[in-house]
Amino acid sequence: MKRQKRHIKPSKRFKSHKDLPPMSVSSVPTSVNKTGGWRVLTPVIDYDKCISCMICWKFCPEICITAEDKPKIILEYCKGCGICAFECPKKAIKMIEAKG
Amino acid sequence: MKLVITGNHAAAYAAKLCRPHVISAYPITPQTEVVEKLACMVADGELKSDFIKVESEHSAMAACIGASAAGSRSFTATSSQGLALMHEMLFWAANSRLPIVMINVNRAMAPPWTVWADQTDSLAQRDTGWMQFYCEDNQEILDTVIQAYKIAEKVSLPAMISLDAFFLSHTSEAVDVPPQADVDRFLPEFNPEYKLDINNPRAFGGLVTAEWYYEFRYKIHQAMQDAKREINTVGKEYAKSFGRKYSLIEPYKADDADFLFAASGSMVSVVRDAVDKLRKAQKKAGLIKMRTFRPFPKEELIKLVPGAKNLCVLDRNISLGNEGIFFTEIKAALANIKAKPMIYGFTAGLGGREVSVNDVMNIAKSIETHKAAEFNFYGLKK
Repeated sequence: MKRQKRHIKPSKRFKSHKDLPPMSVSSVPTSVNKTGGWRVLTPVIDYDKCISCMICWKFCPEICITAEDKPKIILEYCKGCGICAFECPKKAIKMIEAKG
Repeated sequence: MKLVITGNHAAAYAAKLCRPHVISAYPITPQTEVVEKLACMVADGELKSDFIKVESEHSAMAACIGASAAGSRSFTATSSQGLALMHEMLFWAANSRLPIVMINVNRAMAPPWTVWADQTDSLAQRDTGWMQFYCEDNQEILDTVIQAYKIAEKVSLPAMISLDAFFLSHTSEAVDVPPQADVDRFLPEFNPEYKLDINNPRAFGGLVTAEWYYEFRYKIHQAMQDAKREINTVGKEYAKSFGRKYSLIEPYKADDADFLFAASGSMVSVVRDAVDKLRKAQKKAGLIKMRTFRPFPKEELIKLVPGAKNLCVLDRNISLGNEGIFFTEIKAALANIKAKPMIYGFTAGLGGREVSVNDVMNIAKSIETHKAAEFNFYGLKK
């Protein structure tokens, strides 16, 4: 699934409680929060070892691995938790100290 | 159509008539029959709802929150320990302004392990932002659920409808169940301004700093004030459609009374009989039925009590370390008016102990003969 770019409305300027919605509501989806900047360790896939079993895709808690013919990590959202590397049956994912 | 049904089934029939899109619940005595009946209606194809089975009451409320945020009318039912487990999610529902309707069967908190009537479970949820209604009989349970959706969706706040364990939950009474078409006419479709929508994705309930948090709380307080008006308005509309009128507070022979009782839940019927008996003995007794607890009907109380010499508040609940909970709240509501009665509090019937007409007569006598303290544990085995 491709991430679509959406038109982002500028947030309203609030002056009084009367201007507020009933509760806090964002004007944009949370996908604008690029959480990849939180990362310390970066996953790197060794495609020679990868067998495209897609277990990493299944386990990624941030849904930032795409599953086409080979798994691909969207680093914009990857927080570097390392679950993909831990679950990989072929040890094809290494967590390295570098910003990707 | 009149049916002879328990309070639990009255709640289930009422929920069905409101056509909830989502019902999510976890079983707990004495509530289980409410959702059992609804599950049966869904399984038989009589009710088109998604019935979500969950692993706890916390999850049941979480599922209702998700469903309601997505624009679905949602329903659940619980009791006692189950309600306590929901506590965190109750705040989440109210602060998200989601008009979820929930039945709570008032059951005492353990230990000692118990299943019988006591209001301390729901009253302990006082500050969660939920509207709270207390029902006197099975007909009122059915009527209140239908009204609650209309009120809740108007003011964007959730509503909890409480009924006493066994006295109502498992006691059969004749209940007028209105035709579906009449309820459809009375209750418009749920169509919230903001909802989860995959075509317009938004995050709900995100971080707000001290700059605006305060204003969000004020808005809920305002919605509660609006609910006072809305409860009375919807109660009148309900009378037009179904012939039974409801309001925040319901006085009985209170106009000229110099001795007033205040009570809630099934105990109201007992006090009503005691008032009749006292009236026969030429005593000017009256009753204030506390139908709502949140929003608290302060203004209505202030209008009703100044003529009375004594006001006796009966509580099937206790705030340990203080007093009966309605007693404290009623005293607080009347604190700043000049002409007010002497106010007495009697906690009685905890854990489902019966409170009879004679007990209420004894309570009245103890006040008249100046034997009562300000706050009393009635019927304690000394």
